[in-house]
Amino acid sequence: MVGVRHPWRWVGIAAVLVLLAQLVHGFVTNPGWDWPTFGAYFVSATVLKALWVTVQLTLLGTALGFVLGTVLAAMRLSRSSFLRVVSWSYVWAFRSIPLIVQLLFWFNIGYLYQTLQVGVPFGPGLFSVQTNSLFGPMGAAVMGLALHQAAYAAEIIRGGIVSVDAGQLEAAAALGLPRRRQFFKIVLPQAMRSILPNGANEVISLFKGTSIVSVMAIPELFYQVQVIYGRNGRVVPLLMVATVWYIVLTTALSILQHYLERRFGRGSERHRGQSAVHRLRSGLAAIKAKATESAVTGR
Amino acid sequence: MSAASTSQAPMIEIRGVHKSFGELTVLRGIDLRIDPGTVTAIIGPSGSGKSTLLRTINHLEQADAGTVTVAGTLIGYRRRGDRLHQLAERDLLRQRSTIGFVFQDFNLFGHLTVLQNVIEAPLSAQRRKRREVEPLARDLLARVGLADKADEYPRRLSGGQQQRVAIARALALQPAVILFDEPTSALDPELVGEVLEVIAELARSGATLVIVTHEIGFARRIADTVAFMDGGQIVESGPPNSVLDHPQHERTRAFLSKVL
Ligand SMILES: Nc1ncnc2c1ncn2[C@@H]1O[C@H](COP(=O)(O)OP(=O)(O)OP(=O)(O)O)[C@@H](O)[C@H]1O
Ligand SMILES: [Mg+2]
Repeated sequence: MVGVRHPWRWVGIAAVLVLLAQLVHGFVTNPGWDWPTFGAYFVSATVLKALWVTVQLTLLGTALGFVLGTVLAAMRLSRSSFLRVVSWSYVWAFRSIPLIVQLLFWFNIGYLYQTLQVGVPFGPGLFSVQTNSLFGPMGAAVMGLALHQAAYAAEIIRGGIVSVDAGQLEAAAALGLPRRRQFFKIVLPQAMRSILPNGANEVISLFKGTSIVSVMAIPELFYQVQVIYGRNGRVVPLLMVATVWYIVLTTALSILQHYLERRFGRGSERHRGQSAVHRLRSGLAAIKAKATESAVTGR
Repeated sequence: MSAASTSQAPMIEIRGVHKSFGELTVLRGIDLRIDPGTVTAIIGPSGSGKSTLLRTINHLEQADAGTVTVAGTLIGYRRRGDRLHQLAERDLLRQRSTIGFVFQDFNLFGHLTVLQNVIEAPLSAQRRKRREVEPLARDLLARVGLADKADEYPRRLSGGQQQRVAIARALALQPAVILFDEPTSALDPELVGEVLEVIAELARSGATLVIVTHEIGFARRIADTVAFMDGGQIVESGPPNSVLDHPQHERTRAFLSKVL
């Protein structure tokens, strides 16, 4: 059997392979990459501690952001026009302000309002706290990331909910399912199919976006790496330390995303989904089977 | 088919129901009495308000005026003195769970298996026990000829199979009445028969059914009463052989001459 020939495809593959080989060759032979320094810092206590701060910022920013985002989405979909306007305005405002500007505002909140007071509006205060003690730099950073994230999460969640066919809610109502059950058992799981890929994008971009809070001198990964190369002058290997960690964790998030999508995608395809991982796995299994077969037959 | 005796309390009683969507008046004073154990077919041209009427019976659509009573219970309201108070949503949902509804395009829950679709409402709306509900659900699936599809997802079933699951799902609530809105209109012609067969079997078993349909032959075969709707009114209703074969009204004749 002779298939269609694709001579240009082979040229393309060859070109890419040559470029890749050059890249790898460069990594190995160019002393500028300074792999020993990379090795010395990659799992050093300082770097790991900074990585943990980055992870915390991501987790807290994501959790708070998506909780607030869910509330905002629910407001936007509510029957009350007041709530809809509030939600819309929030999203409009926080999508308009660059994250870094917003973060600097939170960082300097103590300059605007020295104390936070609980009491009668415009009347006497009951008790008050120093703003700066309530919002450490870490608190300000989490706050800024979460508020920013909420605006995007709200839109993603709303979009997901709206994408679920109205007939689903109607059937749930006709069956007399309790209101909460209609939302959490019927609508939300189906909305997750479109919320997940977009949400995962957001989490990943928030994870990398945490590097912005280095402007607030918070010892997260990128800030710490800058501190170190400021001291020893080895910029490139230390940037690589940060880069590789960002890649590793983004990969982990992508894998998590894959499994979550499969979990929520149940019933959405006519035939069992053949995901990339799936194909890779069955491909490997086939190779293994062939190998054992040839081993058995002694070829 | 059971003979309808007028001395019986009606299963469904619709009185003076009016409904408008903005400027458009869709139902103009509907009165209908449906006896227990009977099959009522509602026919009529597109846009005449058939679906809207069916949806007001289980309060998916709220009437602007008039009342609906199912098995002696006023739907959607509570009577206090001579005034009607709207029911809280929770109570309305409880009422709905005694009325089965089968949609034109099935509306099965796509992320749940066939069995999960069938047991969902008995579990969460009626708070029944899983060990009691699951065997019942399997029996119902067997009854609609889908015993072997319990663990399949709806999207992998044919349209006819999906609609039969939807019927089993409605039956799982052990409803007093079942409402069908054009149950076969979304199906390929060769799949219509299997669904009509299931409905005919339900009719024989003595359930109270209200079916909006374009299948005039089917209506003739299983209905005790045929109601012809046009322009938001029931123009005439009666046994199939009078409404379908000897219609009294010009509009009925005009409609039947087009569809027969
Ligand atoms: N939610 C709604 N909002 C506005 N108009 C509506 C709504 N639902 C139905 N209508 C209108 O009410 C009229 C009657 O609709 P209905 O669905 O009851 O007709 P039908 O007799 O079931 O027609 P068909 O045979 O095409 O299903 C139509 O003109 C329709 O456009
Ligand atoms: Mg209709």
